[in-house]
Amino acid sequence: MTPSNHLATQVDEAAEKAPNGTPDSLRDHTTVLESRDLVVRYGTTEAVKGITLEIPEKMVTAIIGPSGCGKSTFLRTLNRMNDFVPSVSISGHVFYRGTDLYSRDVDPVEARRRIGMVFQKPNPFPKSIFRNVSWGPAINGVPKRQLPDLVEDSLRKAALWDEVKDRLHDSALGLSGGQQQRLCIARSLAMEPEILLMDEPCSALDPVSTGKIEDLMFELKKRYTMVIVTHNMQQAARVSDYTAFLEAGVLVEFDDTDQLFTNPSVRRTEEYVTGRFG
Amino acid sequence: MEASRIQSRASLATSPLLRRRRILSTMFQWLCLLFTLCGVLFLVALLYQVLRDGLGHLDWQFLSSFPSRKPELAGIKSGIYGSLWLISLTAVFAVPIGVAAALYLEEYAKPSRVRTLIQINIANLAGVPSIVYGILGLAIFVRALTLDRSVLAGSLTMALLVLPVIIIAAQESIRGVPGSLRQAAYALGATRWQTVRDHVLPSALPGILTGVILSLSRAIGETAPLIMVGAYSYVAFVPTGPMDDFTALPIQIYNWAARPQAEFHALAAAGIIVLLCILFLMNGVAVLIRYRSARSLK
Repeated sequence: MTPSNHLATQVDEAAEKAPNGTPDSLRDHTTVLESRDLVVRYGTTEAVKGITLEIPEKMVTAIIGPSGCGKSTFLRTLNRMNDFVPSVSISGHVFYRGTDLYSRDVDPVEARRRIGMVFQKPNPFPKSIFRNVSWGPAINGVPKRQLPDLVEDSLRKAALWDEVKDRLHDSALGLSGGQQQRLCIARSLAMEPEILLMDEPCSALDPVSTGKIEDLMFELKKRYTMVIVTHNMQQAARVSDYTAFLEAGVLVEFDDTDQLFTNPSVRRTEEYVTGRFG
Repeated sequence: MEASRIQSRASLATSPLLRRRRILSTMFQWLCLLFTLCGVLFLVALLYQVLRDGLGHLDWQFLSSFPSRKPELAGIKSGIYGSLWLISLTAVFAVPIGVAAALYLEEYAKPSRVRTLIQINIANLAGVPSIVYGILGLAIFVRALTLDRSVLAGSLTMALLVLPVIIIAAQESIRGVPGSLRQAAYALGATRWQTVRDHVLPSALPGILTGVILSLSRAIGETAPLIMVGAYSYVAFVPTGPMDDFTALPIQIYNWAARPQAEFHALAAAGIIVLLCILFLMNGVAVLIRYRSARSLK
């Protein structure tokens, strides 16, 4: 099956099954990542109950929903980070440019190189700033003499270079929380991924740092496809182009961010975005 | 005035019920102090006695002489060398195996019944009396592998003895490495080995080293397994290789203490001081490592 083929059928199916599953405007974009009937179980509990969703290229897609709705779990299946959870079982598909990430010939290590991830709590390595950024490329075979340029380039992309250029060899743990998170983004960017997954990247940060990261996302979406999980609806409204609303492991609505926040077609979405529950 | 707005003064004085609780609380505090002092008291008494008896004999001549039938000529050189040989070889065998086993159990093995079984057995092995390891060492290393009564046989036996303790200490330390660190590495497309080598091991190293040193300082004071594998108590030379005969500090001390002459008892006390010094030194290194790692992580 060719990618364009299955995308076409996918769009039709989704349109029939759930009118809110695929917004019309999405047809103008290339889909880089797509989940189809994705089910994730931890032991016997079903955290994600059959989500079908298309992630458009070079856009920011936000995933919102109340705590425990499975949004983080969903995000982690997109670059196989759930593999490390012992009791997890996954059925359904995640297609990355037409390749099923869960098919047998996919090496999860390779998948994670292409699909980077930034976590909720900044988690820099307890090493120097330089080493934090250079480690990923270094273990993936980038020659040593190319590393300084790559580090500078990545730190610039993450809007951190000016703040740290004089102390590249100091410990990354001496940075502020917001700087650490931008360092983590720089670290991911150094791998030159195509997609950046962000799991509540600002929830541990103060408003000023959050603002910086959001500005950064605007900048980054020129080159990267981003998926961001957030429980901050203002943030989703500010930074994202598309928003998916999840509840209890089910995709309730997926639409243009403006549309979803101003004129949601599902009542549950409306209740959530207006703050009546969650 | 402001005071007129206060209706009645709040009473925060001690009530009778509270007083009783207070007394109990104070009593418990003193009781705990008493028990703490018990331990310290015995240690001080031991140190006092050993220092009183042994300090007079502790000189360069004692440290640099071999054992002798004449107490004034006898020294502990072969014991010190033997113990250092023994402990170094033990570390060489036990540390790599112990750390590798701990890494496997923590980082690689999936939760399963077999893993639980191994885990329980390691915990049990850590509690097996050392004399049992001595018997095992005698049967396997001395007899079956015909290593004879060598430093090698003694070290292998000691390695078996400390292995479970090292595994457990290393496991604790590896478990203490935050999962976020592993996730960060995996999300960058690292393999398990790259993650372990560059992040898990360096972070766990101080804890592993502390565990290793503490378990080795237990081994250096062990006597029973060495008696079983046949360490000599009269050795008038220094081991030059792993196949040489040897004695060790505790064996030498035991031998002197068991003799009828009072002069030898004093030598035993001097030997104990040497052994204690080595022990304190090793524990000191462990504390230093812990302190430095706690500081460098900030």
